[in-house]
Amino acid sequence: MMNIMRKYGLEPAMETSRRQFIVGAAAVTGGLVVGFGAGAATPGKQKEAPTIDPFDAYIQISADNKVTILSSQFDMGQGSYHGIATLVIEELGASWDQITVQGASGNKAYYANLAFGGTFQGSGGSTSITSFYTRYRTAGATARTMLSEAAAKAWGVPVTEISVAEGRLAHKSGKSATFGDMAGAAVNVPVPKNVTLKAPSEWTEIGRVDARRHDTASKTDGTHDFTIDVKLPGMLTAVMIHPPRFGGTVKSFDAAKAKSMPGVVDVVALPRGVAVVAQNTWAALQARDAVTVQWDDSEAEMRGTDQIIAEYKTLATGKPGIIAVDTGDADEAFAGAAKVLEAEYTFPYLAHAAMEPLNAVAHRNADGILDIWGGHQMPDIYQDHAAKAAGVKPEQVRMNIMKTGGGFGRRACPADGDITAEVASIAKAIGFTAPVKLQWTRENDMRGGRYRPAYVHRLKAGLDAVGNLVAWDHHIVGQSIIKDTLPFLLAKNGLDFMSVEGAANMPYTIPNFRVGVTNAEVGVPVLWWRSVGSTHNAYATEVFLDEVARAAGKDPLAMRLELLKDKPRHVGVLKLAAEKAGWGVKTIPKGHALGLSVHESFHSYVAEVAEVSVEEGLPKVHRVVAAVDCGIPINPNVIEAQVQGSIGFGLGAILAEKVTMTAGVVDQGNYDTYTPLRMNAMPDVDVHIVASDASPTGIGEPAVPPIGPAVANAVAAATGKVYRDLPMIKDG
Amino acid sequence: MAKLNINGTVHEVDAPGDMPLLWAIRDLAGLSGTKFGCGLAQCGACTIHLDNEPVRSCQTFVEDADGATITTIEGLNGKVTDTVRAVWTEMDVPQCGYCQSGQIMSAVALLTANKMPTDADIDDSMSGNLCRCGTYHRIRAGIHEAAKRLEA
Ligand code: FES
Ligand code: FES
Repeated sequence: MMNIMRKYGLEPAMETSRRQFIVGAAAVTGGLVVGFGAGAATPGKQKEAPTIDPFDAYIQISADNKVTILSSQFDMGQGSYHGIATLVIEELGASWDQITVQGASGNKAYYANLAFGGTFQGSGGSTSITSFYTRYRTAGATARTMLSEAAAKAWGVPVTEISVAEGRLAHKSGKSATFGDMAGAAVNVPVPKNVTLKAPSEWTEIGRVDARRHDTASKTDGTHDFTIDVKLPGMLTAVMIHPPRFGGTVKSFDAAKAKSMPGVVDVVALPRGVAVVAQNTWAALQARDAVTVQWDDSEAEMRGTDQIIAEYKTLATGKPGIIAVDTGDADEAFAGAAKVLEAEYTFPYLAHAAMEPLNAVAHRNADGILDIWGGHQMPDIYQDHAAKAAGVKPEQVRMNIMKTGGGFGRRACPADGDITAEVASIAKAIGFTAPVKLQWTRENDMRGGRYRPAYVHRLKAGLDAVGNLVAWDHHIVGQSIIKDTLPFLLAKNGLDFMSVEGAANMPYTIPNFRVGVTNAEVGVPVLWWRSVGSTHNAYATEVFLDEVARAAGKDPLAMRLELLKDKPRHVGVLKLAAEKAGWGVKTIPKGHALGLSVHESFHSYVAEVAEVSVEEGLPKVHRVVAAVDCGIPINPNVIEAQVQGSIGFGLGAILAEKVTMTAGVVDQGNYDTYTPLRMNAMPDVDVHIVASDASPTGIGEPAVPPIGPAVANAVAAATGKVYRDLPMIKDG
Repeated sequence: MAKLNINGTVHEVDAPGDMPLLWAIRDLAGLSGTKFGCGLAQCGACTIHLDNEPVRSCQTFVEDADGATITTIEGLNGKVTDTVRAVWTEMDVPQCGYCQSGQIMSAVALLTANKMPTDADIDDSMSGNLCRCGTYHRIRAGIHEAAKRLEA
C-alpha cells in the first residue's frame, strides 16, 4: 500500500528492500528451476531458501535446452513479456532462440507486485518493469552462476574460467555445453546467496537499439493464440444478455423459442443476466435474439449522462468534499490578484474498447480442478471470485493466463472478477458438463461499464500585476475508481489519490495552491483506463496553464520553464521536445500551429509538441514530437512503439470518443458510434528518449496524458478556440 | 452441408447460408487466425480474401462463398505476403497483435493492387482496420517499406 501511495507522492517507485526475495532452486525432470520466495526482512537472521514448486518459478531450464521464463506480469500487447525476457537474458546469457515467455499465476509470494504493496499479483500502473527490474535479473544471474558451477565441476576447471554466451557454456580448453546439458547437474549446486549483477557498462541486451520483440512472427500468420482461440474438445460457446441499465437484474425471461433453435444447448439465468449456451458462436447469437427478458430496474442507475454532468457542474461550484493539497492561502491570494481566470472542463465516460472483446473459458477436469483461461490481469483475485461463482474452493481453481488483444485497464477488475466470475457461473449453471467459452460481443463490451469516469473540473488562477502565477485552485468532481476496486487504498480522509493524480502533484511551483475533489455517487461502474487520473488531470491543468500564459502574455514554454523549480526531468523532456519540434524557431506552414504539454505519470516524464491545423472546423494533427524520460531505457524500440501507440490512443479519445447514456441506457454499442482513432487521423510521430541511469519506469501509459493538452493548446494557438468540453468532435 | 474452399482445402461445414463466414471459418473450419472485433464491418479484424478481394467476413455469408475461394491469414502466401511479414517482424509493427491478421490481409491486398501506394492510398485502404494499440504509424511505414522492397 505504501508503494502505491508513493505513486501519488514524488518518490521514485523503485523496488525497495522492505521485502527480501530469497532465491531458491529445484529440480524438475532433469532441469533447473530458479525462483524466489518472499521472506521477512529480519536483520541478522539468515532465511533458508524455500522449496521451489516448479510451476511457481521464474525461470525453467530443461534438459532439451529450452528456457521458459514465467512472467508474473501480464502482456496486453505493451511488451511486458519482452521486457522481462530482456532482463533475464541479459544476466543468464541465454539466446533469444531458446526462450519462451509464459504468463504465470498462482503464487502471491513469488509474483506479488511490489508497487501494489506486494500482496497480490497484478499488472497495471506501468509497474511491470519497475517492480521486477531486480528480481528477474537476479533470477537470471543465479541460474547462470549455477550452470557455470556445474560446468566447472564437470570439466574440473575453475568457475571463473567459464564463459557464458548465447545459451552456451564454454571453457578455453575447447570444452563447451548447452544450458540443457548442464541443467540437471546445476540443480545440485548450492544456491548462491549473493550474485553480482552486471554493471550497466557490461549490458548487451538492456538498451539495445536494434532489439526486436521476439514474439512478432506469430502475430503475422494467425498462430498467436488469444483467449478467443482456445479450443477444447466438445467446447460450447456462451453469449450474454446483460441488463440494459447498470444495477438492473433479471425479473423473468422466456427462452422457449431460443431453446428449440438448432445448436442451442441451454439458456441460463446468472447473477448478471442471461447466458445462451450453444454449439457455436453463431447459433448462440441467433438464439440470443429470440430470448425475451423482463428486467427489474428498481436498483438501477436511471440517470442519463446529461443529468449526471449537470449535477457535477453544480457540485463543482461548491466546496470540495475532500481537500487533497492546500499550501499558502489561496483565498487571500485571489483577493489580492491583479487578474483572476476561471474555467470549467468536462470529460466524458470512456470505454477501453480493446480489439478483443472480453472473453474467458472454463472447464472442470475429471480431478475436480476448474481451469479458467483468460486475460487475467489480477489472477489471485480472479481465482477467488471464480471459485465463489462456481461454488468451489479457490485452490480448486487454476488460472491460465492467455495473451490478450489489448487491455488498457479493462482486464483488471478486482471488484467482482467480472468475466472470470461470469464464465465460472455459466460452467456451474450447465453442471460442468462441457468446456464453455464465454464470448462477449462488441455491444456487451461497449455497454458493460467499467469506464473511465466522467469528470467536471473547475479551475481558477490568479496573476499578480507583473503576470506571475500566484494562486491556483482546482476542484475535481467525479466518481472514485478505487472505492469500488481497491478500497483499502483510500486515504484516511477518504481521498482517492487516483482522482487527483497529476493535479495535486503538479510540478509547477505556485505559492498558493489548492486542489480538492468531490467524489460523486453514480451507479455506473468505473475502472482504470490507460493512465488513469492523468487522462483528465493532465488535460485540465496543461490546457488551463496555456490559458493563463495567454492572459499573462507569456510564451507557454517560457512560462513552464519559469514555474518548474527543481524539476530537472520535467525540464529535460520539455526542452528536448521543444528543441526537436523547432519551438519558436521553425517556420511552419500557414494555418498550422504548435502546442506543447509536459506530464509525469508513473514516474516517467513525457513532453509532447503537436503541430495542428483546423480544417472545416475540425482539428487535424499533422505531427507530434515526443520526448520521454523513463529511466534506463530497457528496450528503446518498445518504448518508441508504446509512445507512438499511446499518442494514437490518447488522440482518438480527445478527438471523438465518448460513452453517453440516455435514461440510464448506454447510447453507443459498436465502433460506428464509439469511434477510436483510425489510420487517416494518425499523425507522424517522432520519439526522442532521454539517456538516463535512473531506475527504469513504465512506458505503457505515460505518453497518453500529454497528447490531449498538446493538441488543444495548438488549436488554441491557431484559432483562439479552447476546447474545454471533450471530446472535441461532438458527432462522429 | 455447405462447401467452403478455404486456403485450397474444401471444408464441408454444417452451416446455414446466412451464417457469417467469420464464424464458419473460426468455429466450424477451426481456423482461428481470423479475428472477431465488432461483427458489424467496423473494425477489419475479420478481413479475409474472397476471390482475392479483401472482404469483412463478419458481414459476408456462407451463401456468398458458394463457388468462391477463400483465403485467410493462415493461407496467405506469395511474394507480397512474405515481404509484408518480413517487414512487420523487422519493424516490430504489432503490439498485442489482435488486429494484425486483418491489417496484413488489407495491406497485402493493397500492395497487390497498387505497387507504390501513397499516404492517401494507405488512408483509403487501411482506415477500415482499427488498431486499438495504435500501430498505425508503423503500419504506414511498413507498407511503404514493403512497396520499396517489392519494387527492387
Ligand atoms: S469483426 Fe468484422 S469488421 Fe469487425
Ligand atoms: S496491435 Fe493491438 S489492436 Fe492492433
